Amino acid sequence: MKLNQNIPSPLSEAEISDIEAEISHLPDRKSAAIDALKIVQSYRGWISDASLGAIANLLQMSNEELDGIATFYNLIYRRPVGEKVILLCDSVTCWIMDGDKICQKIKSHLNVEQGETTADNKFTLLPVTCLGDCDHAPVMMVGDELHHDLTTTRVEEIFR
Amino acid sequence: MTLTPLTQNIHPDRGPTGIVEYEGNGGYLAVRDTLANLNPSEVLELIKEANLRGRGGAGFPTGMKWSFVPPDNHSGHRYLVANADEMEPGTFKDRLILEFDPHQLIEGMILSAYTISANIGYIFIRAEYHTAIRRLRQAIDEAKARHYLGTRILGSEFSFELHVHVSAGRYICGEETALLNSLEGKRATPRAKPPFPQVSGLWGRPTIVNNVETLCNIPHIVARGADWFKSLGKGVDAGTKLFGASGRVKHPGCWELPMGTSIREILEQHAGGMQDGYQFKGLLPGGASTDFLVSEHLDVAMEYESIMKAGSRMGTGTMIILDDRTCPVGMIANLEKFFARESCGFCTPCREGLPWVQQLLEGIEAGRGSVQDIEILERQSRFIGAIGNTHCAHAPGAIEPLVSGLKYFRDDFDAHIRNQRCHFKSGDA
Repeated sequence: MKLNQNIPSPLSEAEISDIEAEISHLPDRKSAAIDALKIVQSYRGWISDASLGAIANLLQMSNEELDGIATFYNLIYRRPVGEKVILLCDSVTCWIMDGDKICQKIKSHLNVEQGETTADNKFTLLPVTCLGDCDHAPVMMVGDELHHDLTTTRVEEIFR
Repeated sequence: MTLTPLTQNIHPDRGPTGIVEYEGNGGYLAVRDTLANLNPSEVLELIKEANLRGRGGAGFPTGMKWSFVPPDNHSGHRYLVANADEMEPGTFKDRLILEFDPHQLIEGMILSAYTISANIGYIFIRAEYHTAIRRLRQAIDEAKARHYLGTRILGSEFSFELHVHVSAGRYICGEETALLNSLEGKRATPRAKPPFPQVSGLWGRPTIVNNVETLCNIPHIVARGADWFKSLGKGVDAGTKLFGASGRVKHPGCWELPMGTSIREILEQHAGGMQDGYQFKGLLPGGASTDFLVSEHLDVAMEYESIMKAGSRMGTGTMIILDDRTCPVGMIANLEKFFARESCGFCTPCREGLPWVQQLLEGIEAGRGSVQDIEILERQSRFIGAIGNTHCAHAPGAIEPLVSGLKYFRDDFDAHIRNQRCHFKSGDA
């Protein structure tokens, strides 16, 4: 997921064609709302107001209705994110297994708070619900990659 | 005959089971046999007879759920959805099947779709399960190439297309009507019932939503029969179950065991008991939204009615263990923070009540609690937890660990308030 600020706000041909492909097997255009947001986010890294407006226009729905959907889902980003998003589990088993210490370590090592992006734009730190790997808690994802049995030393190695 | 049908093809060290190996172990024979020799109502009777109950949390009898789907009048689409949105905190069972035996789910879905006359299927899966998504898509391509999916499957009258739908997040999508709204591209707010999805589900059409593990039982029941399936359980419940344990145990993990296996056997034998230096204090038997059980319940059998009698629920069957050096107030505060964040915000008791509960618990944990806070927690529990005050089971589920926690760990709550600090912090536990 490489952030590219240079794509102009009207949707690209590739984005439109990907979205139309989704619409083709759905009963109406609005049903593709979440898919469309995910498609545009896969090209641009996040959903700007301009992107949101362009998608709403394509799906023939209001900006407000689409924003209501976009802001509901935690994996749709309405603000810019870094090249990789760190999804750190804050659910109960990771908490029991000292997940808070891992969180503190990531924050101090990368110099970010929850919800922030590192100064070099490489990482954004976000909390996430249980990643389904509790027998290897504490757990996090960095981009598409799952890291488990985390220790403060492992955190240093991962973000070296 | 295997005693562990769900995991017979699961070998994490060897990677996923491909279609050749799956067929070699008898895979898709149930589909071949059913399409040639059984009509849908015969399969339905078999599933009812087998006494299969939902493995996702609520434990509803699967055959009965399916029987509410109206007869097919060929007026439009009918849907089958696999709920692969595994997100209940402390639950890590469906992932095992999705990553290592995706054909088992596909075969289960083909047979289930045939039974309810569904022509379109979706696997609704959380976006973080990248490996599972990739392997499912590959397995669907393999199944299409062998004509287990598509039009007039294996020359029969039955057609079924199957899609993977990757979610955009939020725990509430696991609630079946919220899941349907999300599949329709909307906010994932649960729907008021009735109408039930069986009658008016996805885009207003008859729809069945089943958990992954539930669907994976279908091929085995069809292949080996209801009596065999019932014989797998130790007590009244039929079949096996993927049980798990996480927390400060020696060997956390997930195991396929007979229904009715005792909590003690899972904890001591399979999870190896507590880690050195830690004592058992309590457990959530089936994920975050189940009531705490304690030492006196260790010999309870993991079967639906026995756990209910003990005051909790089977839930997902994956236990979260509380040890004597972890603060129960902090643990419950963590749970309620999660439930407050994941409320869809539609119903007032859930939207307003859960953040209040979270604040009170965090205050008590931080040493700012008062005796009145406990009274408010108890009163709020009654408002938030009452079935019928909210559309869905999110709020009642959220309250289960709080009510039972106040019952079993009241001394810890009182000590926090009396001493205005958490006695588990700074090493004086």
